[in-house]
Amino acid sequence: MKEIKTILSEKQTGDSREKGDSCCGPSPCCEPAVTAKHKPAWVIGTVTTPAGNVFKVATGWTRADHWGEIKSRIGASRMKYMVPPALYAVGAPDKGSDIFVSANYKLSFDKLRSSLKAINAWILVLDTKSINVWCASGKGTFGTEELVMRINKTRLGNIVDHKRIIVPQFGAVGVNAEAVRRQTGFRVYFGPVYAKDIPKYVKAGYKKDKAMSTARFTIWDRIVLTPMEINPAIKKYYPWYALIILIIFGTQPSGILFNDALAGGFPFLILGLISILAGAFLTPVLLPFVPFRSFAVKGWIVGMLSIYISVRFFNLIDQTDVILLIITYLFFPLAASYIALQFTGSTTYTGISGVRKELKISLPIYIAAAALSVILAIIFKLVQWGLI
Amino acid sequence: MKYLADIVTLKFYAEKCTGCGRCVEVCPHNVFEIEGKKAYITDRDLCMECGACANNCEFGAITVNSGVGCASAVIKSLLYGGNPACGCTESDEKDSIPGNC
Repeated sequence: MKEIKTILSEKQTGDSREKGDSCCGPSPCCEPAVTAKHKPAWVIGTVTTPAGNVFKVATGWTRADHWGEIKSRIGASRMKYMVPPALYAVGAPDKGSDIFVSANYKLSFDKLRSSLKAINAWILVLDTKSINVWCASGKGTFGTEELVMRINKTRLGNIVDHKRIIVPQFGAVGVNAEAVRRQTGFRVYFGPVYAKDIPKYVKAGYKKDKAMSTARFTIWDRIVLTPMEINPAIKKYYPWYALIILIIFGTQPSGILFNDALAGGFPFLILGLISILAGAFLTPVLLPFVPFRSFAVKGWIVGMLSIYISVRFFNLIDQTDVILLIITYLFFPLAASYIALQFTGSTTYTGISGVRKELKISLPIYIAAAALSVILAIIFKLVQWGLI
Repeated sequence: MKYLADIVTLKFYAEKCTGCGRCVEVCPHNVFEIEGKKAYITDRDLCMECGACANNCEFGAITVNSGVGCASAVIKSLLYGGNPACGCTESDEKDSIPGNC
């Protein structure tokens, strides 16, 4: 269903893909899915090969490509941001030119082609369901089987007279180089982590230095990931949270009062947003500067500081109310901690064993704290109504 | 940046290693180096358990329980059993080191 939707939407935007073509349909992929009628701006011509025509792609980005990157970073239609899986040409490649493998997430493909300026090369785009290289190779869609199938389908052996195929280093999670060699004869070279190092890598005789094979995680890398942390938190958790807060503060013996809900609930709605900001933005950005290695602890520290500052210096809640104060300092720092823990899925250095350990310890704490907060909120209401 | 200490499941069996250097080529955190005709582990805590080395070691000299370290996927597997799978869906697919994931 998703597949069909994707094709439809691409047709509507005039962005490539023939009906029933490529990965999603039965017909072969070596027939480029780009057609003369629906030609995306990044296709700038055709190159004739012994195995048929191959579309030539630009190495520069148009405004649409830049806009597409921004949209995919903030999560808007990122699952539809794809390139038809096929063989493409950059410059004027011939039998001796290098072959670079990419995913069909358009951002991965765009980063690769813009790194190949003044290089004649082939780009082999695998069908990874519009998922980037690292995620897809973790899932196995960017893997040995797909690479072997794509090499055969595009008849790569007839197009080049060498046996060197360059796969992004992160592809090694899914691609077994020896298996590819056994099945196709092509020798997999795992290239640099970052496409921009490709010219240096080629010049060095397909050799990587330490820097080229190391995954970095700079402050900018972390900042561009935060929209995809903030977005789900706001969409998934916040509406439910807001509903509960409004019900708690709005419920009076005489019924649910809208004015009371807003007046009493407003500071808590703000504190909820501050927790999200602390867990989904501040913690990722300040990551190396926050003490301790555990993401749950990092998130709690940043959350605690943010909540403390908001409460003390902006007088967000009635600080003479002990129950409200306890709820505030119990619930919100842990909410930030939980959200910060989600960021482990986006880093370049956290492993699954560590995440599992963190969750085993922290999940019971989150659940207990949430339950306790609800109980305290009920006590707060009973006190307010003069029942206690 | 390093994650939790002493937690990774990476195992290296030096007796099986031939020093081919594949692990050095694929590891994004320089966990392996070659000395003489053998690889050795520089710092286990640098390992992120991606599994690229074990996947490409032809001699079975490396094992690691690899998997995607998405908290939401791990929660699901803790609650419902099974292996964590990062559903790279619209809401919870986590991109991405520039150009990757």
